[in-house]
Amino acid sequence: MTAQPLHEVRSQSQLFESILELIRRTSTQLPDDVVHAVNAARGVEKEGSNAAVALNVIGCNIGLARESSLPLCQDTGTILFFVHTPVGYDQLELEEAATDAVREATRKGYLRQNSVDSVTGKNTGDNTGPGSPVFHFEQWREPHVEVKLMLKGGGCENMNAQYSLPHPDLGGRDLKGVENAILDCVLQAQGQGCGPGILGVCIGGDRGTGYAFAKEQLLRTMDNVNDDPQLAELEERIVQKANQSGIGPMGFGGKTTLLGCKIGKLNRLPASFFVSIAYMCWAFRRRGFTLDLQGAVMNWLY
Amino acid sequence: MALVKLNTPIDEATIRSLHVGDSVSISGRLYTGRDAVHHRLHTGVKPPVDLEGQIIYHCGPVMVKEGDQWVCKAAGPTTSSREEPYQWEVIRDYKIRGVIGKGGMGEKTLAACKEYGAVYMHAIGGAAQVCAASIKRVDGVDWMDLGSPEAIWHLWVEDFMAIVTMDAHGQSLHKQVFEESKERLSHLKA
Ligand code: SF4
Repeated sequence: MTAQPLHEVRSQSQLFESILELIRRTSTQLPDDVVHAVNAARGVEKEGSNAAVALNVIGCNIGLARESSLPLCQDTGTILFFVHTPVGYDQLELEEAATDAVREATRKGYLRQNSVDSVTGKNTGDNTGPGSPVFHFEQWREPHVEVKLMLKGGGCENMNAQYSLPHPDLGGRDLKGVENAILDCVLQAQGQGCGPGILGVCIGGDRGTGYAFAKEQLLRTMDNVNDDPQLAELEERIVQKANQSGIGPMGFGGKTTLLGCKIGKLNRLPASFFVSIAYMCWAFRRRGFTLDLQGAVMNWLY
Repeated sequence: MALVKLNTPIDEATIRSLHVGDSVSISGRLYTGRDAVHHRLHTGVKPPVDLEGQIIYHCGPVMVKEGDQWVCKAAGPTTSSREEPYQWEVIRDYKIRGVIGKGGMGEKTLAACKEYGAVYMHAIGGAAQVCAASIKRVDGVDWMDLGSPEAIWHLWVEDFMAIVTMDAHGQSLHKQVFEESKERLSHLKA
């Protein structure tokens, strides 16, 4: 699904310009809800501890990136677009404009050259190629378009985990087993996913849909409370327990191991029970907007 | 836990005085080196610069040429564990005194730190702009044929912040935190 290079036509289009700005803001400005969570954590760690040093540096970095309009982290990650369009809207046009905007954003340095052929090792140099960027399209019955963008770095993506229950050490096919699996993921990750982390979790689905839905949970804002009271409670408990583990920011030791946990569920086959966990680093770059049918920004989200 | 100022090149006695948990503020030369550099050194190619007493930084920076000068736009640490098969050899053969990266390293590196006198220092993962701000100059580059992120960049830094997480006394904060957190989480099991 490689898009045609349509720079002459499209570099002028409003859709292209809007998406380019979305990419710039996503790469350089952490959303407010995440900034609040980081700042709240800064108050929790003991002054002078390594955990406090780490969180202070992170706080400084958030400010510097925003002021200088430079990437928060040099790993600008997997480029994930989540799009809702009205019935009858041309999704291919949006995909082409977004792909062009990704090329331009790479040229401008908002995105690092991050797309590598998995066999030859060759970098395409513009962040496009099979599987890059990633698009999740859905239709809806609203009259406008919604685009959400998430950049997920490689360091934290490597810490994702998928468990199949029952598991000899972690337990059976119930919420206890799920809880133990999630906490095991936190233990194994230690500081390697650039914690404090935010977890997106899917209970159920198959191995593919499970991971995809786990990532989608990360579209919920940090303060969003799960509609399902059982899952809401589990989300809270996971954060509490993880923060008693002592892993702390960067794995230096400390009280802030997770900033949040968002859990969703999908139906499963009777034969399988997967728990899929997407580990997101503190550099949780997620932004979005609604667009009119001409591609002009109506509202910024997050 | 002290804040220790380090100037490169560093001597063995200074390195051996450092302990896990110390904060360090580094000034002087840093050489970047990640996967391709370590792999090439491992095949027996000699380094293009004298590494004795120096620090290797696991980092693939974003570099931009402004006029005829290279400028660093983002330079946070990359995951160090990928260099675990090679790092001990580089410490032994070229007498480097320090490694900066993120995520920590394993037993081979820890043993080499103890035997030859070196430390592992953890920069703050993701803090690309804070790290870049302490890089005052880019004085040169070698092995550009490996591609810009993989090349050996000669950085000049002032007050580059990191935490010693593996010292020359066989201590590893990563090991400690893992064991402690494993123990604590086992009591919190549902
Ligand atoms: S895990 Fe996140 S913060 Fe860490 S290097 Fe990767 S993108 Fe940056």
